[in-house]
Amino acid sequence: MPNILEVNGLGKAFRDYGSEFKRFASWFGVRVTPRHEHWVLREISFSVGRGEAIGIVGQNGAGKSTLLKLITRTLMPTEGTVAVHGRIAAILELGMGFSPDLSGRQNVYHAAGLMGFSREQIDTAMPEIEAFAEIGEYFDQHVRTYSSGMQMRVAFSVATAFRPDILIVDEALSVGDSYFQHKCFKRIKEFREQGTSLLIVSHDSGAIQSLCDRAVLLQGGRVVRDGDPVEVMDAYNALIAERENSTMKVERLETGQVQTTSGTFEAVVKGIRLHTMEGEQIEFVDVGQDVELRIDVEARADIPRLVLGYMIKDRLGQPVFGTNTFHTRQVVDDVPAGCTVSYVARFTMNLGPGSYSISTALVSTDTHLVDNYEWRDLALIFTVANHSHAHFVGSAWIPPKFDIKSTP
Amino acid sequence: MSELLRAVWRYRHFILSSVKNDLKARFARSRLGAAWMVLQPLAQVAIYSVVLSRVMGAKLPGTTNQYAYSIYLMAGMLAWSLFIEVVTRSLTLFVDNGNLMKKIYFPRATLPFIAVGSALVSNLMLFVATIFIFAIVGHPPTWALLWLPLLMAINVAFSLGIGLLLGVINVFVRDVGQVMAVILQLWFWITPIVYMPSILPAGFGRVIAANPLYYIVSAFQNVLLYGRGPDLLPLVWTALGSIFLLAIAFLMFRRAAPEMVDVL
Repeated sequence: MPNILEVNGLGKAFRDYGSEFKRFASWFGVRVTPRHEHWVLREISFSVGRGEAIGIVGQNGAGKSTLLKLITRTLMPTEGTVAVHGRIAAILELGMGFSPDLSGRQNVYHAAGLMGFSREQIDTAMPEIEAFAEIGEYFDQHVRTYSSGMQMRVAFSVATAFRPDILIVDEALSVGDSYFQHKCFKRIKEFREQGTSLLIVSHDSGAIQSLCDRAVLLQGGRVVRDGDPVEVMDAYNALIAERENSTMKVERLETGQVQTTSGTFEAVVKGIRLHTMEGEQIEFVDVGQDVELRIDVEARADIPRLVLGYMIKDRLGQPVFGTNTFHTRQVVDDVPAGCTVSYVARFTMNLGPGSYSISTALVSTDTHLVDNYEWRDLALIFTVANHSHAHFVGSAWIPPKFDIKSTP
Repeated sequence: MSELLRAVWRYRHFILSSVKNDLKARFARSRLGAAWMVLQPLAQVAIYSVVLSRVMGAKLPGTTNQYAYSIYLMAGMLAWSLFIEVVTRSLTLFVDNGNLMKKIYFPRATLPFIAVGSALVSNLMLFVATIFIFAIVGHPPTWALLWLPLLMAINVAFSLGIGLLLGVINVFVRDVGQVMAVILQLWFWITPIVYMPSILPAGFGRVIAANPLYYIVSAFQNVLLYGRGPDLLPLVWTALGSIFLLAIAFLMFRRAAPEMVDVL
């Protein structure tokens, strides 16, 4: 089956001709060298298969928006090609082109017309659009009187009224209240089940990891990583933390997973292990078991202020629990080079069965964005199994006590 | 070109609803609503009639109606208002719709069609009002009116040609819009709308003759005031020139389209 979207050697440059007359001349076949070319994207190649969900991540200015504009054809590429086999719908700017002096219904006709649908097609979809927006009689009133949330509801309903072959979603998308947000995500998921491909732009690793099969990391207008979402998000986090003198290491673990470490490595995690309270080292933990997480940190330079943070993530890379010694007010000051600091964190494993990983961060304050000594993903992997409790599902262990009464 | 027309055809509903919305939005929340489309040019006609009818009235040979000058004015104004509306709208067409073009993909060629459609609707309303007033002042319509659709088409081709050409340039060099405001004012006065070409000094005649709009306006005046067909030869030349201009404008528009969004 052919790919639904093929991006090949795509590049976009914004050109400054110095004089606009040179630009005009260039349209009529005169060869003109622009005074300055600013490349925003270069040599971008990737493809999206039918039904695939791809996340696009990158820092501000990495070229994400430009890439989306090239895919949706609002911008023309300077080099390379974008081939789309099917209909694209983009939920980027909801409510673009809405006129405040028209009713919601009239705006729906207008917006759907802008997407290229005929009157008859819109007529057919109208009842469903109205039902999905759930704004009642407001639907026939001027958009001027709408709250921004209502406008979003109508806009989202139109944008997704017709199932596209590929749906582009921007993270900045905040579609009103959480009830409607759930509804939106449900619709997006339904589209996926029916074979729509997704292209999601986000900073939110949770959204990317839970929705996407693959992720593409953009940096400086180029694709630096294309692969499994968990490992791409780790690389992205490392990228954010990267400082002038810091480096990034990527290792493939025996388990096949990719471990990303980054930072200045002025302090490093020498060892990380899980122990039972009796001191026995373990990899398999029972639900509700008390454990000790032991982390040894070695300072390779004089560290004025050391904070250790760790984060337990589930199989999909979603954070389950994380904290650091800054928040617990246990900052260690003035660690000389060569010194080892041992941390023992005692807690009860109130997690559901499954595989979990622990990431560690060595920093000087509560975020890894200031001094990032070391950031290590997948520092430890362990498995939780349910041996001694009643069956349950989910990643948290919240045992209830049922009180049951039957009234005849 | 055929690809462009096909896209426009596919978006015909959108164009129609945009024209409707455009008119609706323009007069939303005004008491007289769409009547303003007609009232504004008519008020202008009334002002010129009051101020100039004594001076100009006697200069119209071959008419017996005492309102002949007002009829002459309205005929010229009908042509001029179509011209000015199409030109000014196409001039800012891409700048005004910049936000939309940056965010959503749709065939850009629909934009000029929407502008022309909305200008045509308001011009037709003005035409109906004009004919109505003519009837009141005792100047019944004649068969020569059948020329009007063709004249309007030539008028639109000419104004769209100029407007689109300048509209594309205006995206890159915004001075064009400012300069055109002045030029259009001058243009109004070098076109015989409030005066007759016969009252001009001899040397000025050449300026008028070089003005393509003169042939269009005088054709409107011939048809509406005198009830006779236009001078064919100059009109044919104007029509050919307008079509050529329009073709150049569309070519330029197509070449510019990829870079247009970059600077909007």
